[in-house]
Amino acid sequence: MSDASQRLDHMIEDVRRGRMTRREFVGRTTALGVSAALAGALYTKAAHAEPKKGGVIRAGLAGGESTNTLDPALAASVVPQVGNAQWGEQLVDMMPDGSVEMRIAEEVSSSPDSKVWTFKIRQGVEFSNGQTVTAEDVMATYKRHTDENAQSGALGIVKGIAEMKAEGDKLELTLEAPSADLPYLLTDYHLIIQPGGGYDNPTAGIGAGPYILETFEPGVRYAYKKNPNYFDPNTGHADEVEILSINDNTARTAALQAGQVHMINRVDPKIVELLKGAPGVQVRRAVGRGHYVFIMHVDKAPFDNNDLRMALKYGIKRQEMVDKILGGLGSVGNDFPINAAYPLFDDSIEQREYDAAKAKEYYDKSGHDGSPIIMRTAPGAFPGAVDAANLFAASAQAAGIPLQVQLEPDDGYWTNVWNVEPFCASYWGGRPVQDQMYSTAYLSTAEWNDTKFKNAKFDELLMAARAELDQDKRKGMYSEMAHIVRDEGGLILPMFNEFVAGVSDALGGWVDDPNAEMMNYRAPSKCWLA
Amino acid sequence: MHPILKLLVQRIALGLLLLFAVSAVIFLGVEALPGNTAQAILGQSATPQAVANLEAKLGLDQPPLTRYFSWLGGILTGDLGKALTNGADIAQSIGQRLGNTLFLAGCAAAIAVPLAIILGLVAARYAGKWPDKVISGITLSTISLPEFVAAYFVIYLLTQLFPIFQPVAMVFPGMGFWAKLHAVALPVIVLVLVVLAHMMRMTRAAILNVMQSAYVETAELKGLSPMTIIWRHAFPNAIAPVVAVVMLNLAYLVVGVVVVEVVFGYNALGQYLVDHVTKRDLPVVQAVGLIFAAVYIFLNMAADIIGILANPRLRHPK
Repeated sequence: MSDASQRLDHMIEDVRRGRMTRREFVGRTTALGVSAALAGALYTKAAHAEPKKGGVIRAGLAGGESTNTLDPALAASVVPQVGNAQWGEQLVDMMPDGSVEMRIAEEVSSSPDSKVWTFKIRQGVEFSNGQTVTAEDVMATYKRHTDENAQSGALGIVKGIAEMKAEGDKLELTLEAPSADLPYLLTDYHLIIQPGGGYDNPTAGIGAGPYILETFEPGVRYAYKKNPNYFDPNTGHADEVEILSINDNTARTAALQAGQVHMINRVDPKIVELLKGAPGVQVRRAVGRGHYVFIMHVDKAPFDNNDLRMALKYGIKRQEMVDKILGGLGSVGNDFPINAAYPLFDDSIEQREYDAAKAKEYYDKSGHDGSPIIMRTAPGAFPGAVDAANLFAASAQAAGIPLQVQLEPDDGYWTNVWNVEPFCASYWGGRPVQDQMYSTAYLSTAEWNDTKFKNAKFDELLMAARAELDQDKRKGMYSEMAHIVRDEGGLILPMFNEFVAGVSDALGGWVDDPNAEMMNYRAPSKCWLA
Repeated sequence: MHPILKLLVQRIALGLLLLFAVSAVIFLGVEALPGNTAQAILGQSATPQAVANLEAKLGLDQPPLTRYFSWLGGILTGDLGKALTNGADIAQSIGQRLGNTLFLAGCAAAIAVPLAIILGLVAARYAGKWPDKVISGITLSTISLPEFVAAYFVIYLLTQLFPIFQPVAMVFPGMGFWAKLHAVALPVIVLVLVVLAHMMRMTRAAILNVMQSAYVETAELKGLSPMTIIWRHAFPNAIAPVVAVVMLNLAYLVVGVVVVEVVFGYNALGQYLVDHVTKRDLPVVQAVGLIFAAVYIFLNMAADIIGILANPRLRHPK
């Protein structure tokens, strides 16, 4: 076989496995002398290669504990998130391109002021117990998540719904305040539709997802068989799915290489280069919205002084952090919690760089008495948090700022340090839309406002943007808000992390999804065994 | 009453008393842990109202003494309660995991104990010569390796270089016996490497100690072969210290292998305990702590009793 035709075959294979976009494919094949028309046809043929059915797909994931439960309201780590996504189905879901996909809902429409939203429920969708999914089930599910006792992680989302009404196949949600983003918010992974809302037994594991849960051993394993009545033929290709909880990095990687599992999450940045060279596996990276932060309480001395905050913001080397802490698997932050993975992101905001002279200038201007500025960190604040804090301290000290790192135990860090101490390391997982990210942590009244940031102008813009339907105006408002947080807030955001997964070559259909790890938790049902 | 029987009853009563004391210590220790269960469960979402609701729901607003006695009463009736974090029945979860722990420990012990004793006898027979040096050298090197290093080495060797076994050793109900054995092969190898040296050295030392005795000299003068002397005359008299060390290692295999469990993703008690400590799931921590303490106490008691039975002077007190 000639070299060119071999390369062409490789590229077709790449397309078939979803590793190459149309543009890349056409560009590279035409370079080999293939006509653009033929290249386009080849691409279409390869990309639409039928996913193969059958077999057992196994995922080995970090982020599971024996304390996990099947109650979707309580899912907080990756293994339950992926585990629930196989047996459960939501009203709507996020697509890799940032749009909303209809799942149990078939259609969505809103009143002109985006205060009343109507969802049309898809007909003939069944739960794994044989019941048909109705608008009442969806309503009961959302009601349960609004109940304080359910301790749902989605409480903040559903509590904004003032009134729910189910009629025939229509579900009508009336919001307390207009929100143009409601469909995005309802893609939250907690909001899996359960029969009767899951009131009788929230941990039954009965849903309308592509797979039926057979075995659940917390912190060990989920095992599923295919749901024969699933409504979407493009999801759920394997006959069986198994999710193994493997928290040890080395064991997880070894399991992938030995073929015991087909996909792993959280590849250690230190071994990404090694794993790339390993036979039979590939490393897949998706730029996400999650970020690692250092947060200052703007209402406590000395951080109540914006000049000091600015001094610290200029005293951090962002690129160095991305290179050394993330091993290059990430991108630099700009002191506001939004990046290009969000819709309506303003990419014209100037990137803040390390500037020792400016840092010194702001520090002198702040009139700080020279006493040590304590920044708390712990190994569990985010992966590499201790090293990151030390790098920050070194670069700040070089600019004459007496920044000191105080190491705290992981034990009780989220209780005793985060949201309590005025300056510490932390992380955020990101949200589907800007409104939700800002409402969760930067609105004056937000419970998780971990920088104690209170700015009337900012709050006003947030509310206005929420109801604004003109996307250009909305983008302008978000840009203004970004500037406020960046220049006045207590947030130092050096880096956005990536989701790094290891995927076996035996697997087809992998797509890099910025929404969440493991193709927005759906890799086991969206991939197939090639 | 026969003195042996009396001794047995005494030991067992002492063991139970000790267990009771341990239960109090465990409870106190868990109480003294920093942090707060409700907050640990809620994590970042711990608003004061949510914390108060959860504490009331979990009964954490009761005074400690009340909670201790209701816990103790539950244990005596076989009811270990429900896990605070996910509401799973603790006795049921522990039952399955304890089975896995004992399976792994049993497999490791079935290989390690006879192997260590045979190697110890051989080392004693050839004390100071090359077989002794080779055996001691190898076993002392493997015990000096941290468990996780040994584990990674074994993973690399037997799953990557020679793909014979699988790196993740989870076992499930419904797996056949041989499938389970195949799954746990790697952790068993690591555990054998870790416990071998201790038992081997103790066997060797105990035998050499006895070899100085006059009756061994008599046996030598009778013309018996060295291996016969060791096996027939020296080993029965060296059994007490060997059993003591074997029991210590068995206890380790049951309660101390969490690192190995984590590295191989083995679903046994150690991992279960650590997960629940992190989440401040006190009922689980207490229950598992008590089981571990019971294992220790039982095995040491067994070592004691076997030591007594093996010693004619203690068996027939004058």
